[in-house]
Amino acid sequence: MSAFSAIGEDREIDSEEYTPGIEPQATWCPGCGDFSVLKALKQAMPEVGRTPEEVLTVTGIGCSSKLNSYFDSYGFHSIHGRSLPIARAAKLANPDLEVIAAGGDGDGYGIGGNHFMHTARENHDMTYIVFNNEIFGLTKGQTSPTSPKGHKSKTQPHGSAKSPIRPLSLALTSGASYIARTAAVNPNQAKEILTEAIEHDGFAHVDFLTQCPTWNKDAKQYVPYTDVQDSEDYDFDITDRREAGEMMHEVEDKLYEGEILTGRFYVEEDRPSYTEEKQAIGEMPEEPLAEKYFDEDAEWDRSYDLLERHT
Amino acid sequence: MTDTELIWRIAGGSGDGIASTSQNFAKALMRAGLNIFTHRHYPSRIRGGHTYVEVRAKDEEVTSRGDGYNFLLSLGDSFARNPAEDAYYGNEERKPLAENLDELRDGGVIVYDTGLFDEDEVAELNLEERAEENNWHVYPVNLREIAREHGRDVMRNTAGVGITAALLGMDVSYFEELITQNMSGDIQEDNLNVLADAYEQAQEFEFTHDLEVPTGENEQELALMNGSQSIAYGAIDEGCRFIAGYPMTPWTEVFTIMSQHMGKFGGVSEQVEDEIAAAAMALGASHAGVKAMSGSSGGGFALMSEPLGLAEMTETPIVLLEAMRAGPSTGMPTKPEQGDLEHVLYTSQGDSARVVFAPAGVKEAYEQTRTAFEIAYDYQIPAIVVYDQKIEGELRSVPVDFFDRETNPDLGKVLSEAEIKEAAHHESGAFQRFDPDAEDGVSPRTVPGQKGGRHLTSGNETNDYGHIDEDPDNRVAHMSRRLEKLDTIREDLDEGETNQAYRGPEDARYGIVTWGSQQGTVFEAVDRLNDEGHSVKAIGVSDLMPYPEAEMTEFLESVEEAIVVEMNASGQFKGLTQKELGRFGDKLSSLLKYNGNPFEPAEIVDGFEASIDEETDIPGNSTTFVPAAGD
Repeated sequence: MSAFSAIGEDREIDSEEYTPGIEPQATWCPGCGDFSVLKALKQAMPEVGRTPEEVLTVTGIGCSSKLNSYFDSYGFHSIHGRSLPIARAAKLANPDLEVIAAGGDGDGYGIGGNHFMHTARENHDMTYIVFNNEIFGLTKGQTSPTSPKGHKSKTQPHGSAKSPIRPLSLALTSGASYIARTAAVNPNQAKEILTEAIEHDGFAHVDFLTQCPTWNKDAKQYVPYTDVQDSEDYDFDITDRREAGEMMHEVEDKLYEGEILTGRFYVEEDRPSYTEEKQAIGEMPEEPLAEKYFDEDAEWDRSYDLLERHT
Repeated sequence: MTDTELIWRIAGGSGDGIASTSQNFAKALMRAGLNIFTHRHYPSRIRGGHTYVEVRAKDEEVTSRGDGYNFLLSLGDSFARNPAEDAYYGNEERKPLAENLDELRDGGVIVYDTGLFDEDEVAELNLEERAEENNWHVYPVNLREIAREHGRDVMRNTAGVGITAALLGMDVSYFEELITQNMSGDIQEDNLNVLADAYEQAQEFEFTHDLEVPTGENEQELALMNGSQSIAYGAIDEGCRFIAGYPMTPWTEVFTIMSQHMGKFGGVSEQVEDEIAAAAMALGASHAGVKAMSGSSGGGFALMSEPLGLAEMTETPIVLLEAMRAGPSTGMPTKPEQGDLEHVLYTSQGDSARVVFAPAGVKEAYEQTRTAFEIAYDYQIPAIVVYDQKIEGELRSVPVDFFDRETNPDLGKVLSEAEIKEAAHHESGAFQRFDPDAEDGVSPRTVPGQKGGRHLTSGNETNDYGHIDEDPDNRVAHMSRRLEKLDTIREDLDEGETNQAYRGPEDARYGIVTWGSQQGTVFEAVDRLNDEGHSVKAIGVSDLMPYPEAEMTEFLESVEEAIVVEMNASGQFKGLTQKELGRFGDKLSSLLKYNGNPFEPAEIVDGFEASIDEETDIPGNSTTFVPAAGD
């Protein structure tokens, strides 16, 4: 029996397998956009064809990061902003795992911003879903890195003097190889994009616009969305970095003007993932490192050979 | 003090090749059958600035740098003047001579390079007068000229070694052999010529000194190693195959060694964006089923506080290294201190529990790194190895067979898929990751990808299945279980081979307590004190947390008074002892040093004498003696 026999299991998968049999503590408010992400993700999994036990979800802190309380796979609910380093190390330890990291806009673009940049740069083969509701939800409604300029909150009573983060452009300049935005009110597109993102061999960043009915009633997530792939008004080459970059600028300018553009904005298919890069230069074994610890016949070299001997 | 030993100090500018030359010098002495201990002093700059390395060689075992030194090879700081650049480089070529005189022993030998500074600059140092006073033997030699004649300026080092060999009556073939092994082509030939010429020239000198290199015999195969290598090799032998880090002196050395070898050992090394990521990655890799580590020095370790707590809460085994340097903040980057003890013990929120080891030297560093991994994985708890710049850089001669041990890639209580089938599960199929009644507090775990082991884990308090749960009974059950591990670990450590070290007669009247890197120096001082008629013994604490309550109680009960020797300004280990034991306050005094240099044995001897005999003066200005409470 293989040490990791859940990996590579070939069978039909039902979305409902991902519903935990353990009742989670309810933390999402009625009407929360996070339910839509959960639903889209559960629907994507049969398409991707991976069982709950070969998936590791790593989340940060916040409402969004409760995702894996509601999504039954191997799960690691971690700390503020740190989902990505944990996720990418798990991927390096066992590249056969399907690693999905998730968190909110504060978690991912604020406190975890540095990790976001570097994880994208390394192009780990993983998916990163950022629940973007332009607000800190679980700490009760403070201004977030994606809140619009002028946004008033208890911590920014005079309105934020800061321009919001531009997550798509940031992902592109950092080096993500799949970048898309979808929205809670567009479930079909959300499911398709998450499926693509998970299947993509590289760092897939999905900025998922969600609504916070409790703390961010003014957010524009309720406005109808345009899918740039379905619209005749937008014609750009999603494999061309410059065109994609320009398109992202337009998308990010328009978001705060009330026009919500969603879809795929950049897809780079032929770039090797970080694992492949590291294996190519001899910095990573071909077989998953974690498997070696379960192999009784594995050979373990000793430091003895490194000693500079003198007689 | 007798000179049955050689303590050779080579001084120069940073970048002048002081470290590599001293390393070769040490190797030659080791091959000649002597035991070696080196001490490195360097400034926090890349090129220029006074730096020195001491090589102590003795026939018997050496456990410290010793007191002062008896041979100075002063090269002059070749980077002290650089008129081509705007930056101020100073004009202090003679510093390596001027700054080292205070510690040179009576009867010592000085060789200095006259090629780098004028005679009148030497005159300003009153060298002649001081030499007469201290019975020093001074040999001015134009090392630069010898080097230039056969090669290049940088070979001043080799010329200096040639002179040293001649003056001390050493067999020059050891150096020839090293040059032949380590160099090739013209460089090899030039160096051999420089060495030979210098050696010959020195034969012409009129020898006024009687210092000679001691003779020794060593049948064993030895390795010359520093603490960083020892830690890295310990980790590799214990099956660690994942390291993530961010450079910071002095932890960088371990990180570098591990990174250079991880590929060929089939492991993974990652240099990442910051220390939070580094520790979080060790955690992620460990969670996925790999033995993993990270580390840093004080400031970087501060950033690891969060992932450290997360590892504790999620019961993910990780090993973190903390290479202390003088703080607070960035402090003195290249100077040793033991000022981060409380930082290592208490950082992170809540009743966070971790295991802390403080190796005493190069050999202990290997052993305790291995133990740290073993404990971390057996008990699913973070383990920290705290050491300092002294251990990081000191070279010791260690028998090669010390490292001839089996590897241990065992992950602890990780279930196989067959075992998972038999394990407890929720009716929904979720694996019961956290059993509140687990034996020793350690609940078996599974890793992602294993069939039947699916579970959630969280930095929040969770129930048996890893789901967030704030129920009061649940909280108490799991919190108590996690803390219970420390008791079992203490028992485990007390039974194991890795333990505290003792020196001196068991029935001694007085005690000296120390921890970590000062142990060797304290032990040498204890030997000397007993030779001088005092009655004193010492304990060197290495298994530091869980606190060695029984051993410390027994030790302190058996003595009338004890001094705690440590390299910090606030007596952190003394404080810990009083906190943990709740008594002995009136028995314990402190001997502290925090000027950036480790203790020398004589300072401990003086400190001890000052503490038990009020007639004796309190030791020099580099140490602080703090009397016991109630005095």
